[in-house]
Amino acid sequence: MKTVQELREIARDVRIDALRGIHSAGAGHPGGSLSVTDILVSLYFNVMNVNPEDPKMEGRDRLVLSKGHAAPALYSVLAHRGYFDPAELLTLRKLGSRLQGHPSMELCPGVEMSTGSLGQGFSVAVGMAIADKIDGKSRRTFVVTGDGELQEGIIWEAALSAAKHGLDNLIAVVDWNNLQIDGVVDTVKKVAPIDDKFAAFGWETFVCDGHDMQSLLDAYEKAMAVKGKPVCIVAKTVKGKGVSFMENQAGWHGKAPSDEQLEAAIKELGGEK
Amino acid sequence: MADVKKVATRQAYGEFLAEYGAERQDLIAMSADLSGSNKTDIFEKAFPERFVEVGISEQDMYAEAAGIAHSGHVVAASTFAMFAAGRSFEIIRNSIAHTHANVKICATHGGITVGEDGASHQTFEDIALMRVLPDMVVLNPADGVSTKILLRQEFDQDRPAYIRLGRAGVPDLYAEDADLEIGKGYLLKDGSDVAIIATGILVADALKAAEVLEAEGISARVIDMHTIKPIDEDIIVKAASECKGIVTVEEHSVIGGLGGAVAEVTAQKCPCRIAMVGQRDVFGESGKPAELLKKYGMTADDIAAAARTLV
Repeated sequence: MKTVQELREIARDVRIDALRGIHSAGAGHPGGSLSVTDILVSLYFNVMNVNPEDPKMEGRDRLVLSKGHAAPALYSVLAHRGYFDPAELLTLRKLGSRLQGHPSMELCPGVEMSTGSLGQGFSVAVGMAIADKIDGKSRRTFVVTGDGELQEGIIWEAALSAAKHGLDNLIAVVDWNNLQIDGVVDTVKKVAPIDDKFAAFGWETFVCDGHDMQSLLDAYEKAMAVKGKPVCIVAKTVKGKGVSFMENQAGWHGKAPSDEQLEAAIKELGGEK
Repeated sequence: MADVKKVATRQAYGEFLAEYGAERQDLIAMSADLSGSNKTDIFEKAFPERFVEVGISEQDMYAEAAGIAHSGHVVAASTFAMFAAGRSFEIIRNSIAHTHANVKICATHGGITVGEDGASHQTFEDIALMRVLPDMVVLNPADGVSTKILLRQEFDQDRPAYIRLGRAGVPDLYAEDADLEIGKGYLLKDGSDVAIIATGILVADALKAAEVLEAEGISARVIDMHTIKPIDEDIIVKAASECKGIVTVEEHSVIGGLGGAVAEVTAQKCPCRIAMVGQRDVFGESGKPAELLKKYGMTADDIAAAARTLV
């Protein structure tokens, strides 16, 4: 268990290494990787029962990154958690790498589901939680989605399924950064109010600050105490969080920083040169 | 012949699930609101705790099926072929095929013999869509008996598969101990002038056509190609080299299905003349199955006529 301060420091290193990977690849998704980092760090370091030495450990908690384009953040968190050497992060998106442009469960240790086609990971996670209910397993499934991703119809089909089965072993976290490739989510196709929609679909909901570790940890604690229904945590985030010239810019959804931009970003995040 | 026993392949599938479910506790069956039609209700009655009713949301069903399979289960997930291979194609592609999830996509009501429901439900594209996916096994059994034999073999394997099943009753062609093997076409009748390679419930009509041809002095070989993928190249090459031509027969578009698969093999290994019997790149319509097969050219007479063009 890490202190909040330690989690912040880990998140700083995770962000820097995610950006280094994207820079090395010359392509990738920095905006959504930076917005989801604190959500993933807090889950993998303080909440989930996982074992990097034994990624397939029986009874482990599972996480599906349904917004698979944030793979650089997931890989960086997994590396810092001990699943593999952070040096491998520089192979991102390169031929022969285990770190594919979108997560591959068959290649990368710690990845529970191959994702990338939006919405599907959410439904797959519902299936995982249904299986655990049938099997009488007490472990949890976490699924992390984008807010723009909620425009996919399969999300709402699966949300109905989760409520039907009373999946209190399923916790969804929405990375609510209000930006997608074509602009502001509220403008492209509004999904807000996200918490009210999930509540109407039979879920318990909590809203938290997705960049405040204590706020996230408090939300998880409340979520894990809920019985009889699935929980959706709507985590308010900032796309590109921590790098001022990337923050709230849809243009940084899917492009790599230049050498100078990487250097400036690392400096701003508080990393060494 | 009036009292020949007729069983729909979907019925055999439902019975198989209940039998197999008694042997394997890790089998889970799923349905998207059509359990009475796709016959998963037989399993549901026997093992309600291992039956997942998803409601009218096929895409959700196939993604959930991947999640359940990756939790250590073999999953049989059923709906009509249109909503499995059609509506859910990309989910099957990315969440099931690409991740090698142990999901058996058991799709009922394939082809024009869906009948009265009409064009929106008559699927002629599913075999083409499924066989283009890497590592996807594609089966299309001819009768109830072979459905059970092939399903048992397939469910014993840990891999994704698409199994096409029909709505209409068809006569039993096989004995229960028939020596069928996934990936091997079955020689139902030998012959030397023309080879009829058929799949699914039209295999019975291929046999009828062979009888008609025989009476005319044309020796017709009949092969049941119950496995579209992996296709049995050896039996195709042998037919291509020993006969004057091949007739392919399927309740599917002549584009991309069995005909396409056979032509891909012969074109590369043993070029020969091929005549294709199937849905000729048009949509269907409402009608009785027998009327539709006649109108759209997929009867025993049509098969025999196609064979005559090759000899």
